[in-house]
Amino acid sequence: MRRTYQSLSPELGKLAYELSEAAKQAGLDFFDTVFELVNHQELNAAAAYGGFPNRYPHWRWGMNYDRLAKTYRYGLSTIYELVINTDPAYAYLLDSNPLVLQKTVMAHVYGHVDFFKNNYWFSQTNRKMLDQMANNATTVRNIIEEVGQDQVEIFIDQCLSVDNLIDIHAPFKTPRPAATAEPVPQDQVLRPQKIKAKKYMDGYVNPVDLLEVQRQQQLEEAAKKKRLPEQPQRDVLQFMIDHAPLTEWQIRILQIIRDEAYYFAPQMQTKILNEGWASYWHAKMMTDLHPCDSAEIVDFCDLHSGVVAQHPHQVNPYRLGIELLRYAKQRWDEGKFGHEYVSYDDPKMRREHKVFTGRGDEKIFEIRQWHNDVTFVDEFLDEDFCHEHKMFLYQYDPSRQQNVITSRHFQTVKKELLDSITNLGQPIIELVDGNYKNRGEMLLEHRYTGKELKAEQSKQTLQALYRLWSRPVHISTYQHNKPVTWSFDGSDYEQVDTGAERRAS
Amino acid sequence: MYTKMDSDYNRFKKIVKGWLRKELKNFIVSGDITTQLPTHKGGSGGAKTITVPLPRIELPQFVYGSTAEQSGSSGVGQGDGDVGEAVPAAPADEAQQAGDVSAQHGYEDEVSLDTLAQMLGEELALPRIENKREGSLQQKRRRFSGVVNQGPESLHHFRCTYRAALKRSLAAGEYDLNNPVIIPIKDDRRYRSHDTISAPQGSAAIIYMMDVSGSMGATQKELVRLTSFWLDTWIMHAYQGVERRFIVHDATAQVVAEDVFYRIRESGGTLISSAYKQAAALIAREFDPQDWNIYLFHFSDGDNWSQSDTQICLQLLEDELLPAVNLFGYGQTESRYGSGQFLKDLRQRFDSETEDKVITSQIAERAQIVDTLKTFLGKGR
Repeated sequence: MRRTYQSLSPELGKLAYELSEAAKQAGLDFFDTVFELVNHQELNAAAAYGGFPNRYPHWRWGMNYDRLAKTYRYGLSTIYELVINTDPAYAYLLDSNPLVLQKTVMAHVYGHVDFFKNNYWFSQTNRKMLDQMANNATTVRNIIEEVGQDQVEIFIDQCLSVDNLIDIHAPFKTPRPAATAEPVPQDQVLRPQKIKAKKYMDGYVNPVDLLEVQRQQQLEEAAKKKRLPEQPQRDVLQFMIDHAPLTEWQIRILQIIRDEAYYFAPQMQTKILNEGWASYWHAKMMTDLHPCDSAEIVDFCDLHSGVVAQHPHQVNPYRLGIELLRYAKQRWDEGKFGHEYVSYDDPKMRREHKVFTGRGDEKIFEIRQWHNDVTFVDEFLDEDFCHEHKMFLYQYDPSRQQNVITSRHFQTVKKELLDSITNLGQPIIELVDGNYKNRGEMLLEHRYTGKELKAEQSKQTLQALYRLWSRPVHISTYQHNKPVTWSFDGSDYEQVDTGAERRAS
Repeated sequence: MYTKMDSDYNRFKKIVKGWLRKELKNFIVSGDITTQLPTHKGGSGGAKTITVPLPRIELPQFVYGSTAEQSGSSGVGQGDGDVGEAVPAAPADEAQQAGDVSAQHGYEDEVSLDTLAQMLGEELALPRIENKREGSLQQKRRRFSGVVNQGPESLHHFRCTYRAALKRSLAAGEYDLNNPVIIPIKDDRRYRSHDTISAPQGSAAIIYMMDVSGSMGATQKELVRLTSFWLDTWIMHAYQGVERRFIVHDATAQVVAEDVFYRIRESGGTLISSAYKQAAALIAREFDPQDWNIYLFHFSDGDNWSQSDTQICLQLLEDELLPAVNLFGYGQTESRYGSGQFLKDLRQRFDSETEDKVITSQIAERAQIVDTLKTFLGKGR
């Protein structure tokens, strides 16, 4: 691949250095960061590849690129920053951006890289992903050479249909010890059926070798009954790598897709916090640590207000993140924590409670170290914040054909927000049986929490899953508040209402 | 920097094309293109592409979203307003959110008319149009064929300049093997030059006639408009120069501009002969049948004023029009009032066995457009 590395101009290089020094002074701790100056086509291409210069060949990148190029052309949107979680970290600067924007982007990027390096949820990611991605690309290209592009592409499509069936917490769990192959204790439990006989006849009525044969059979039965997997498993991709009847190249591709899914998971898991953290620092650097001059400050404010603008229909992660961080900092600066503070029922009392402790900075660094979006929102978004920031819950009203505010109640709003970020906003789906009905069929179970799956898409997904598993596949979930199981057996869909039956089994 | 993107991008485009090919028949009748029809203007000058709306191509996954409601229909927002009030509409520049492109919209692709015509041909199994008359019309083209001493810098021919300079310096004995520097002077400079070649041109004229009597409503016109768009696409694909003329008629006929043709209010009665007379006059005035491949299409609800006028029409067709044209297509729309008699008369007079220039079709609804196209263009004339 031809890759022109354009080193930064002296002016930008100097800026990058100054900003990084200022950031270090403030306590940020980041990997070396390499900025690349690119034009908008290069930036769009990089963004389409998820920030990496080299990914395995797939039409989806082309689609992303096409969309980015169009939105750019119509002036709808520009990508401000793009940074990848590697060591050293790489970030892109758009060559047509004005200087003040470049500065802001750099400051923002240092915030991100500090977060990548120090946040717990990123601790298991591969920091050499740049190389890994390139190797993956080569692997897939070689496979394409061997078996043909269409076949590989179709297979990748199928894998990508299920690439959200991973366990985002898996990297932090100690692997369960592999089940030991031999069933020792059963020896005692299983006793071959003896025909009752007088003692002196026993040897004839129940010959020893027959007993032995029966015992063997029973053992085999027991082994068959043993569940696969033993415990419900969220990492369906891993299960398929281990058990699906795939060829060698298919397993390699599935492995690659699984690796990449795990690599990107923490970024989605910490969207609010990560963007909030980076925005917090770019704002601080541009106004305090390495302030803009008077000619730039208005442009910066305009830019910053765009980034943290409040959108009526969605929670802007940049805004929520930075506000929540500032709120936490203020609380810990003013001593608004601890038993006494929390036990006030009256918001006025909470507001007036002020003991200078100055532990705000310490607190936000702690947050950046240990939290992800779910824990962050859960712990710091409280009633005062919710009301102060005018958060509400809305729902589509078909009769009015518009979205209508349905609640401003703190608990309701918070629950909905947490729901929408739990498990990256994806449904939680477990593989409960890899040998369903003892016929090698796969049964998934959607952990229903009140939100239903898209029916049509789910059926198409089942189809992709079937292609991978080669045996009928089922998913049990809820439709219109009733439990159902959707099945696909290779040619037909089936929907079974499974009320009592499922719970019973 | 990222040359790899080309192949992924092309791969994606291929998928889009494949989809379009599959969906072409639905697309033909969908009417999505009617808003963009001016693209055909005059055969050249207008944009050569049209925008094709495609569904969002995505890989299915298990995701949230009940089917009953519209997606994204509930969530947490921020801002003013009481419970029960509508959420304010998103400002237009909402998409300017930093770093993150939210694209829930469908996908649009630009397809060139040529590609579209090719797909149309493949999909409907249309035979290639034979160029019947390669007349006296000459088409002039430029071809870069020579090199001259003077010209604009944009046509500078580096290699020839270098060779001239090399020759000169060798002849002058300035050339130094150890220091082979060649510096061209003004006399060495060479420029590409072009010749004008003329080749006989296959040109086509399409004359559309439409009945705008009271019984042709907006629906019927829409059908005509869609049909004529695809006729244009295919015929323009076959010829370099295509001229189009539009004639509307009720009891009298006149030549009008394209947008008038599609927008004119309907009124009055119907004398089809008036249109045929206009067409004959138009051909005599502008399009010498020796030079032009003439295509004549007539859309009507088939409700002529009198049987005697129909006789005049048939006579006109037989004596004047048919000898001059490649094809006469008659598309009959359906209306509440129409008897559709004209179609029967035509079919009776011109047996499709003996007179293959006359082609008739019925377009009562959109779905029939595809068949109509097939009948009109299926003879490869």
